[in-house]
Amino acid sequence: MTLMTILLDVAQPGYGAIGAGFAAIGAGIGIGLVGKGAVEGIARQPEASNDIRANMILAAALVEGVALLAAVAGLLAVFK
Amino acid sequence: MFFFNVSEAQSGPDSAKQDASKINPSDLILEHIANGHEFEFFTFHGRVASIPLPVILYSPQRGWASFSASHFQHGAAAYDGYRVLTEEYINENHLDVKNYRAGLVVAVDADGKIDPSVKVYDFSIGRNVVQMLITAILLIWVMGSVAKKYKTGVGVKSAPTGVQGVIEPIVVFLRDEVGKVNLGDRYERYMPFLLTVFFFILINALVGLIPGTANVVGNIAFTGALGILAFIVIMISTGRHYWLHIVNPPVPLGVKPIMIPVEILGIFTKPFALIIRLFANMISGHIIILSFIILIFVFGAMNTALGWGTSPFFILLAVFIYLIELLVAFIQAYIFANLTAVFVGLAFEGGHEEGHGHEHATEAAII
Repeated sequence: MTLMTILLDVAQPGYGAIGAGFAAIGAGIGIGLVGKGAVEGIARQPEASNDIRANMILAAALVEGVALLAAVAGLLAVFK
Repeated sequence: MFFFNVSEAQSGPDSAKQDASKINPSDLILEHIANGHEFEFFTFHGRVASIPLPVILYSPQRGWASFSASHFQHGAAAYDGYRVLTEEYINENHLDVKNYRAGLVVAVDADGKIDPSVKVYDFSIGRNVVQMLITAILLIWVMGSVAKKYKTGVGVKSAPTGVQGVIEPIVVFLRDEVGKVNLGDRYERYMPFLLTVFFFILINALVGLIPGTANVVGNIAFTGALGILAFIVIMISTGRHYWLHIVNPPVPLGVKPIMIPVEILGIFTKPFALIIRLFANMISGHIIILSFIILIFVFGAMNTALGWGTSPFFILLAVFIYLIELLVAFIQAYIFANLTAVFVGLAFEGGHEEGHGHEHATEAAII
């Protein structure tokens, strides 16, 4: 009951900030997994390091793009 | 050091909190990342050092009007029946925030009151346009001279010299890793577009990091235009197989009703993601740097000693973020070009050509 009143007290822009925070968690987990896979691949086969690096950056950019979509939505909530 | 206009403290019941921060961070940040009618550098003892730019307005009722932005006097005066809005003006006259925002040019009548019946279209040459023009002239000049050098044989028959040493590795990298890998045999037709997109985004992002310049790449109109261009290029390169795969994806019959709307949506979400990715990355970098600098002034308003004491710490943090933003500029330009090439490659034959591209790359590596 008190949690509900606390949640209702937050002004609208505050929810945008919370949403952007969740987006940051998603981006961190996603890009962390991409980095983990890339580093493990390089550890197994250092000669493929260039190919793996190119694919890692590509995959990280795609994941970050989705996370930034959510961050932009949070930004819109804050500035409107 | 940047000097900012300190806005008036608002009167309210909780004046203690208001007094602590007379500076409005979100307004200051928005003012710096938005487009404007002049290059504003700093404010010294109430006087603003700025370079005014041409203001070009069109109103169906009044016709064309063009004058220098210095006549606006940073929002303090109306000129020729027009006025540029500032945060103070909006707050004083209690204008509707949804329709009127800082930086907007509105028509005023003879008394100086806003005339909502006159529509104003702002075609001014603002900060972003000037910076884009400077970048374009710089790129045409540098690339043109480098290309002329190649035509005379320097760098072809002998070792590359001068600026060729900077441009050639980047162009060769884009041609091999972005063009040939994704586009296979047809990479040559698309290299001009990919190289132009890469260098335009990169140079605009790097110039935008210099204090005093405009935030071009963090502007949704700029990235939107680039995304639309990429969309047009992708659509031009589509083949019959691509559209057959959209309306009849090679998936089991039960999944087809789900996949067809997803595929159709996918045509538009790919360029849209390109637009949002570039825009959000660049604008978030600018906002972080601006926030650190503004934090110094927020602390300074509370307590002058606190402001001076925390400023080295915040400036070091801002420099650290600056270095990250340099890296982000390169990465985002590369990602935009790379993903455009990937989507064009997907559009060629609907994915069947992917094996061909990789075979060429591994063949070249073995040889």
